[in-house]
Amino acid sequence: MPNRSRDNGQRLSHHPILEFPRGRKLTFFFDGRPITAYEGETIAAALHAAGIRILTHTEAGRPRGLFCAIGKCSSCLVTVDGVPNVKGCVTPVRAGMRVESQRGPGRIDPSFRPRGLAPVHQRAEVAIVGGGPAGLAAAQTLLSHGVKPLCLDENPHPGGQLVKQTHKFFGSRAEKAGTRGHRIAQELLAQVASEVELLAGAQVLGAYEEEGRLLVASRAGRLHLIQARQLIVATGAQERFLLFPGNDLPGVYGAGAVQTLMNVYGIKPGRRALMVGAGNVGLIVAYQLLQAGVEVLGVVEVLPEIGGYHVHAAKLRRLGVPIHTRHTLIAALGERAVEAAVIAEVDEELRPIPGTERELELDLICLAVGLSPSTRLVEQLGARMAWVGELGGWVPVHDERMETTVPGVYVAGDCAGIGEASTAMLEGKLAALSALEGLGQRVEGERRGVWQALARLRAGPFGRRPRLGKEKLLSLMKEMAYG
Amino acid sequence: MASFRRTGVLSLAELAGQLPPLERLRKGPCAAIECVEEIPCNPCEEACPAGAISVGEEITSVPRLDFQRCTGCGACLAVCPGLAIFLLDLSGDRPRLTVPYELLPVPQPGEEVELLSRAGEAVGRGKVVRARRAGTTWLLTLELPSEGLLWEARGVRRGK
Ligand code: SF4
Ligand code: SF4
Repeated sequence: MPNRSRDNGQRLSHHPILEFPRGRKLTFFFDGRPITAYEGETIAAALHAAGIRILTHTEAGRPRGLFCAIGKCSSCLVTVDGVPNVKGCVTPVRAGMRVESQRGPGRIDPSFRPRGLAPVHQRAEVAIVGGGPAGLAAAQTLLSHGVKPLCLDENPHPGGQLVKQTHKFFGSRAEKAGTRGHRIAQELLAQVASEVELLAGAQVLGAYEEEGRLLVASRAGRLHLIQARQLIVATGAQERFLLFPGNDLPGVYGAGAVQTLMNVYGIKPGRRALMVGAGNVGLIVAYQLLQAGVEVLGVVEVLPEIGGYHVHAAKLRRLGVPIHTRHTLIAALGERAVEAAVIAEVDEELRPIPGTERELELDLICLAVGLSPSTRLVEQLGARMAWVGELGGWVPVHDERMETTVPGVYVAGDCAGIGEASTAMLEGKLAALSALEGLGQRVEGERRGVWQALARLRAGPFGRRPRLGKEKLLSLMKEMAYG
Repeated sequence: MASFRRTGVLSLAELAGQLPPLERLRKGPCAAIECVEEIPCNPCEEACPAGAISVGEEITSVPRLDFQRCTGCGACLAVCPGLAIFLLDLSGDRPRLTVPYELLPVPQPGEEVELLSRAGEAVGRGKVVRARRAGTTWLLTLELPSEGLLWEARGVRRGK
């Protein structure tokens, strides 16, 4: 069968934790060439499985592949059926679809007319932007209080980053510890699916102060105008990038993108990999790469110590994966895609020590160097922002009820400061309780329980940074109230 | 800074007090919990039917094991998100080690595997005598050629 050879063995048929029930087989076209894919796959995932990592080119002709795979970085813009600048990583394939790579930003043909579908008008007491752990937990809490929210998510599969977490969760039973993340996502989705209107594949383009809030979203070529009294923003975070020569080569992927490919679509992100960053994300994803049958050459960490939990590091070490602390990635080498990485030891000032360079032959460099909160929507609404390093950079100032400086607008999860999925779920609950309060319900007792659970999770040395960060925000809030 | 924070490898000195005493292991399998940091986690405590593990109110406390209470059932190995618990056993002819395993293919009883240290170095060969499935985690029980390896071997590699 000709299709088999194109698969390059990159689609996983067996995985120790996950199953990949694939949809119907279909054919679409990439730059005129027929590509076999399965229903439910995105353009970028299907192309990767076909061995195609170059999705598009810059104006200057440099090849570009995906980087974040969750619709946030715009590194994979392609032209689909004549429509330019479509995000290949979140757009599902369709039979007969014609996908073209671009050279620089695509231009809209002046004769192009949109399909002329009338906008959809919707109303909700509470709207939630983001269907990850925080957003879904908020939806569930609202439901349990008799309020049906409207929830939007820009990815074709809701569940946020939970859907790709194959490891069991930490925390306590109340926070579903010992359960694998993707199972938690399934449970949460099952609980809310029948009652909540969940718009997947909906990009929120803007939010305006108008009779409460007006959200403008685009979904399947149609505008949605959503009027909501209360708004919960749970838009998550985006992968940080790192400066080094060759960092734009296809095959330099964010850790989240690697998880999307292998854990959501069952596609091997590469054959030989280097992980950059020994925080929990780097350690966990390196282990998941092993589970997907990818050879992991090592983990480099510029700091003198491993940032993540020892138990995650130990899993890698006892399977023979080295962790090089005080080492950095100097360059990615390759013509059209990554072929090698150069790493070196660093001195006290984190400068590479000449003579310690080593070249590793590989086809995947995975960056796990931290996350930045995705805050554009709350910023647009005029929420006051603050730079809090402990929380990952610019975050919306909010009180312990998760309300921003814009009344009736709440934040939860990574967009309110980088944390864990377990704390994101609790923050989602808090935001929902505050929204309920905004609608006139009394929630004090329940809220106290959530605060206690949050404090328990943020105790100990690993909870110090988020703890400090949230304290800084609270004192800012107080200053504003009394200043 | 503790050296394991730099290397990802715990030394026997850093594990002092965590590993079950010899007399206990001569009576039958017992858990060895290699979880020494204050992380927010406690499913091992909840999973233990014998009430042998205590973390306590503060879920960031380090788990403590009552070696005498532990029956060696393995329930805690299956839930530990850190894959940080092992079973050690010196009651039979050969020392036995049980490890959690989450890779494919899963070695089956009778198969010989390479044993790896906490640092991933090959330290000997062992034989799988039991492979049981606990959800999506497998628990592999291995027969070891020497007692020393019971303290040293923690990883398993197929083939070679
Ligand atoms: S092996 Fe069984 S009895 Fe022993 S600590 Fe674990 S769960 Fe408890
Ligand atoms: S379940 Fe594992 S990682 Fe969690 S506290 Fe117990 S031993 Fe440590």
